[in-house]
Amino acid sequence: MSVVPISYYLVLSAILFGLGAVAVVFKRNIITIFMAIELMLNAVNLAFVAFARAHGQIDGLVFVFFVIVVAAAEAAVGLAIVITITHNRQTLNVERVNLLKL
Amino acid sequence: MLLLDHLWILLALPLAGAATNGLLGKRWPRSTVNSVGVGSVSLAFLAAAELVREFSLLKADQIPYVKSYFTWIAAGPFTVDFSLQVDQLTVVMLLTVAFVGMLIHIYSTGYMAHEGGYYRFFSYLNLFMFFMLTLVMAANLIVMFVGWEGVGLSSYLLIGFWFLKKSAADAGKKAFIVTRLGDFGFTVGILATFWVFGSVQYGEIFGKAASMPIEANSQIGPLTAICLLLFLGAIGKSAQLPLYVWLPDAMEGPTPVSALIHAATMVTAGVYVVARMNPLFSRAPMAMLVVAIVGGLTAFYSATIGLVQTDIKKVLAYSTVSQLGYMFLGCGVGAYAAGIFHLMTHAFFKGLLFLAAGSVIHAMGGEQDMHRMGGLRKKIPVTYWTMLIATLAIAGVPGLSGFFSKDEILEAAASGPHAHPTLWILGLAGAGLTSFYMFRLLFLTFFGPSRYDEHAVHVHESPKNMTVPLMILALFALGGGWFAAPHLVGGTDHFEAFLHPVFQAYAPVGAQVAEQASLAGSAGPSSGLGSEAGELFKALAGWPVIVALIGFVAAWWFYIRRPESAERVRARFGALYQVLLNKYYVDEIYAALFVRPLLWISTNLLWHGVDEVAIDGVVDGVPRVARELGSQLRELQSGNTRSYATWVVLGAVGFTVLLLGLLGMAVH
Repeated sequence: MSVVPISYYLVLSAILFGLGAVAVVFKRNIITIFMAIELMLNAVNLAFVAFARAHGQIDGLVFVFFVIVVAAAEAAVGLAIVITITHNRQTLNVERVNLLKL
Repeated sequence: MLLLDHLWILLALPLAGAATNGLLGKRWPRSTVNSVGVGSVSLAFLAAAELVREFSLLKADQIPYVKSYFTWIAAGPFTVDFSLQVDQLTVVMLLTVAFVGMLIHIYSTGYMAHEGGYYRFFSYLNLFMFFMLTLVMAANLIVMFVGWEGVGLSSYLLIGFWFLKKSAADAGKKAFIVTRLGDFGFTVGILATFWVFGSVQYGEIFGKAASMPIEANSQIGPLTAICLLLFLGAIGKSAQLPLYVWLPDAMEGPTPVSALIHAATMVTAGVYVVARMNPLFSRAPMAMLVVAIVGGLTAFYSATIGLVQTDIKKVLAYSTVSQLGYMFLGCGVGAYAAGIFHLMTHAFFKGLLFLAAGSVIHAMGGEQDMHRMGGLRKKIPVTYWTMLIATLAIAGVPGLSGFFSKDEILEAAASGPHAHPTLWILGLAGAGLTSFYMFRLLFLTFFGPSRYDEHAVHVHESPKNMTVPLMILALFALGGGWFAAPHLVGGTDHFEAFLHPVFQAYAPVGAQVAEQASLAGSAGPSSGLGSEAGELFKALAGWPVIVALIGFVAAWWFYIRRPESAERVRARFGALYQVLLNKYYVDEIYAALFVRPLLWISTNLLWHGVDEVAIDGVVDGVPRVARELGSQLRELQSGNTRSYATWVVLGAVGFTVLLLGLLGMAVH
């Protein structure tokens, strides 16, 4: 069985990250942006795992677990904020959310 | 020797009066303002009299008596002391100024009694006295210049005393700006004096000048240049051609101001300066010639304008310009004493004429047009008699003050050291015109039918505080000439003998004169007159009286005997009459030549160009750049999350690229 070269993983990770970044910049819906951020986080996870595997070290895996935990916490807090914003402003469009105070 | 040791008292008195009235007088009753205003000047006059007594006790070698108080300016070799001096010329000026000033202060308490700003008036008047005394008592050019500019300031303030009236405010500005033209030359002249002599102190200047040769007629040496520059200042201040235009307008001021500042004292400052700087002028024959020509021309020229004016004060104003011309004519032909003598008698009779005219205006309830007067002889007798005396004096009736002084000048113009027949003829013609316009004024005002509404105008004689100064001045106008007890009626000229030290101490001595004579060639205009000139003069002595008589008869014919003939003459010489009535259109010419171009340049170039475009451009440009930059940068902080995200991404990408680039460089 031939080993998939690490560059494949990294290119995929970069493409995913780029898609996420572009989505964060261009999308207006908060939920979509939120999902794009998750995509970027996981793109980075993929890169970590690939490096861990390539170098035979455990450090990258440890990082990935941390990222997953933090992403879970972030999702909890972030979705709570999204719900509050939707509740207060009746919109999910970030362009309308440009004031700190209503 | 109280006052000789404390000369400053003379200056401090009017200054204190000005300060007290100016600062506190607003809340005071008029009687208090009176006592401060008149009191300070009366004390100054008494002090001047006491000073003269002490002065007479001085030995000849103590004169000029100079008192230096402190070093005022010290900058390298240029040092100026605040120093005052007393000599014969100062004494004459001091007494004249203080005496006439005091009388006019008293007169003002009556004339200004119903005017607002009473305390302000007396404060300014005292301030004027302070500066005028500074001017005549200064011992160097810089202190003198302080007085010189100070009287200009007081003049400006007093001309524009009724500053709510636009014509008065404009006249004040005109006086200030026109005299400024002359003062430019004056300032340069003072600088040139320091440059040439290394000092501004009279004594040092004259001492050094005494050893200098007389300058040739054809070249402009340092002395000639200094004298011409100083004379430029005198032209402005003393209202000579071509800068005389401000004086007639200055009649917008209250009449006592016209009498004090614009007839008796301030306008004679120019004559005083020329006389004071006589050691320099005597060595600059070309400057002397210029002084004499300007004086002679002005004497004649402004007399012609005076012929047709209808405003009683305007006639007197042109008469003043003309008489000042005589004083310069006298100085210019080398007869300084005669010029100063005429200055003194003129202060008496012209001060009196203005005060009497003020009394007439007062009686007529403010009317100044002589065509709306007439027949006032019986109604205001004191004014009439005093004005008659002044008119006789200025017209040159033998025995009165004006006769002596004017004759001395004309005599000097005919046979003095720098005499010239043309100057004499100019002066003589001016004398005839003077006689005519003065009697015309007298006849139009006091004789003939009354040409005013007798029901509307309540003609009344002025109160005592106005008539008494008139009578005192009339006394001096009548007898002031006998100070000089002139030799032409067989007396000794005490006045000239008194002033002799001032005008002879530094006069060119024989060798220098001889040198000058050899430079000038065999026969100058004045040489070779000798005893022949004496004979000639005797033949001419009667001329001034004859032309004065002709002037009188002409005035009598036109305004008393055949009033309708005046109309005929006017119709016959309509064009000439219009030219004279419009004062040769000089104001219009100046407006077209100088005022309007200057205004145009100021408005279009300096205002709309330099100020609005250049200066405002820079001043407004700096904040505009900051504001534009700020409003551009503000766009970044829009509150828009996506734009923030974009910047974060761009920054991250940029940073990464940079890092990779650096890494790449490190590897290579």
